[in-house]
Amino acid sequence: MSLLRVDKMSHDFGGLRAVNNFDLSVEPGQIRGLIGPNGAGKTTIFNLITGIYKPTEGDIYLESKRITGLEPHRIAHMGIARTFQNLQLWRHMTVLEHVKMACYSKITYGLIGAFFGTPKRQREEAKIEAKSHDLLKIVGVDHIADQVVINLPYGDQRRVEMARALAIEPKILFLDEPTAGMNPEELIQMMEIIRHVHRKLGLAIFLIEHRLKMVMELCTMIQTLDFGRVIAEGTPEEIQNDPKVIDAYLGKEVVL
Amino acid sequence: MLGWLLGALIAVVLEHYLGDALADIVRLPKIPVLFGFVIMLKKPLLIPSVLIFVLLIYALPIGAVARLSAPVANRLVAWLFKFPTIISVGVHLGFLYAILHLWSDISAYRVLTLKLTMIAIMVTLSLNVVNGYMGEFSCSHPAFMALGAYAASVFTVLLFAKDKLFGPALLPAALGPYLFPIALIVGGLVAAVGALAIAIPSFRTRGDYLAIISLAFMFIVKSMIENLEIVGGPRGLSSQPNYANLPTVFLWTVACVWIINNFVRSTLGKALNAVRDDEMAANAMTVNTKKTKIVAFLFSAFWAGVAGGLFAHVLRYVNPGTFGLQKLAEVLAMVYFGGLNSVYGSIVGAVSLSMLGEALRPLEIFKWIIIPLLLILVMIYRPTGLVAFKEFDVKKLIKPKNKQEKEV
Repeated sequence: MSLLRVDKMSHDFGGLRAVNNFDLSVEPGQIRGLIGPNGAGKTTIFNLITGIYKPTEGDIYLESKRITGLEPHRIAHMGIARTFQNLQLWRHMTVLEHVKMACYSKITYGLIGAFFGTPKRQREEAKIEAKSHDLLKIVGVDHIADQVVINLPYGDQRRVEMARALAIEPKILFLDEPTAGMNPEELIQMMEIIRHVHRKLGLAIFLIEHRLKMVMELCTMIQTLDFGRVIAEGTPEEIQNDPKVIDAYLGKEVVL
Repeated sequence: MLGWLLGALIAVVLEHYLGDALADIVRLPKIPVLFGFVIMLKKPLLIPSVLIFVLLIYALPIGAVARLSAPVANRLVAWLFKFPTIISVGVHLGFLYAILHLWSDISAYRVLTLKLTMIAIMVTLSLNVVNGYMGEFSCSHPAFMALGAYAASVFTVLLFAKDKLFGPALLPAALGPYLFPIALIVGGLVAAVGALAIAIPSFRTRGDYLAIISLAFMFIVKSMIENLEIVGGPRGLSSQPNYANLPTVFLWTVACVWIINNFVRSTLGKALNAVRDDEMAANAMTVNTKKTKIVAFLFSAFWAGVAGGLFAHVLRYVNPGTFGLQKLAEVLAMVYFGGLNSVYGSIVGAVSLSMLGEALRPLEIFKWIIIPLLLILVMIYRPTGLVAFKEFDVKKLIKPKNKQEKEV
């Protein structure tokens, strides 16, 4: 049984069909890639699955539960965590607070606890704080836990976002261009982190990426998207040699 | 901290016993009520004597005692620190109250100013939850105050006072002071229900909608009360029993600061900041943004309602005209002057603006030039307010200051 299954999902923005009959099935522990030229609809697919948009047609199942059209926070709580393409961090909050915030749905002390500072609240806050530190250690930013995120270098902000997504305790992690704007050194570190997280937590990972090198190295299965439509699906080798993919990326070869 | 409190305590004790004599010596008509500002502005000739008075009564003892008692106070605080925080906090608050009590004992005017200042702290803080922590712009806090004030007043007047609108008291007056907290809570709840009416339509989207809807709500509440003959219409409602004495107001203010501070420091409360900074990300990180916003808004309205209830019982008279644009401007000024997203800021803003308002009273119309000018300066040099984005950590405040002591 697949962990996440998407069935003939389509989405229209006004008259524009941004995603057309998209099918997906992610197995537990699999790393899957989604590539495609700019504007192909990759991020839209992320937004549809995580509930930010509601699909016009089609269904999404997580562990055979239908999650189509649920609110984002419900879907996240059920086990789909994501990062954003252009780093959506909370600018006034510290690194530690970011990770603690992602534990929001696991807090049970309720408003009474929040208002009166009951012992239960102290215990729970201490617990999620310890857990947050562990996650920050995994991505390697625990030493700056008390800093406000806007003061951090770009690479560290990416790591914070990763730790924040992991705090949800997801079954599947969506990474939207995790290495965008990174230099080669940071890129290698980020790949290490992704591998490490994958090994250690046994997550399934679904990632959008522009750098083919990274996708080819990490993923076992890749889909290529162009104009909202899957044009190729297969292992990295198959994709690399698929003429349709080359067309979509480089334009049609013209024989002179 | 304890040292400073001790110093201030000595100062007010001095003033209490020696104030009159000293005022005679430096030829002041009576003890200067607000650190002499009023007198200085009214009769410039008296400035030197006022300065001497303030120096002798306040500055000298506070400075000297704080310096001298620092080692003792530090040891005491270090010793207290071993006990649960609540005891240590209690001791500090006890001192603070003693100071305020003695200080305000001198004149009824001081008592009134103090009470109104504390109420201003509550309203400012509650508005800061929405405007600062949540980053929305609410204009309806005067309306919540009005709802709270009227609900609490109707409750007490109906039950415990003889009034021409509601007839004789229904319950013996002896029960009154005990049921007063319930009256305030009823006031708060009514305000919260009012808030729900705003929250449901306006939290579907972000942006200016809340500001517009809440502004409309404020006018609706005001004209509704003006047209309700049962609560006196535009003439207002009077004969509230005198329940809101200084300790009551003080305790409610402390409770308000404590609870709001608890809330905004918890992860549930921090969710407000997450919603403000990036709502989509918050939602994707399991935060129930809709619920968070509504709860915070109702919570904020509740405290504005409680503050309104106290306000009505401090003045023992309310009329709908009080809760208009002027009040809104006042509260907003306090929030933005003191600092967004900060409990400190709200306290600083509320205290400084209400004290300034009183101190500059003799300048009459010029008061309304000086205060806005100050506001503009603050906005230019510190756009988020004087002490914005600072956490109010009670533990840090009452910790012994000396480093050596801390290690013990």
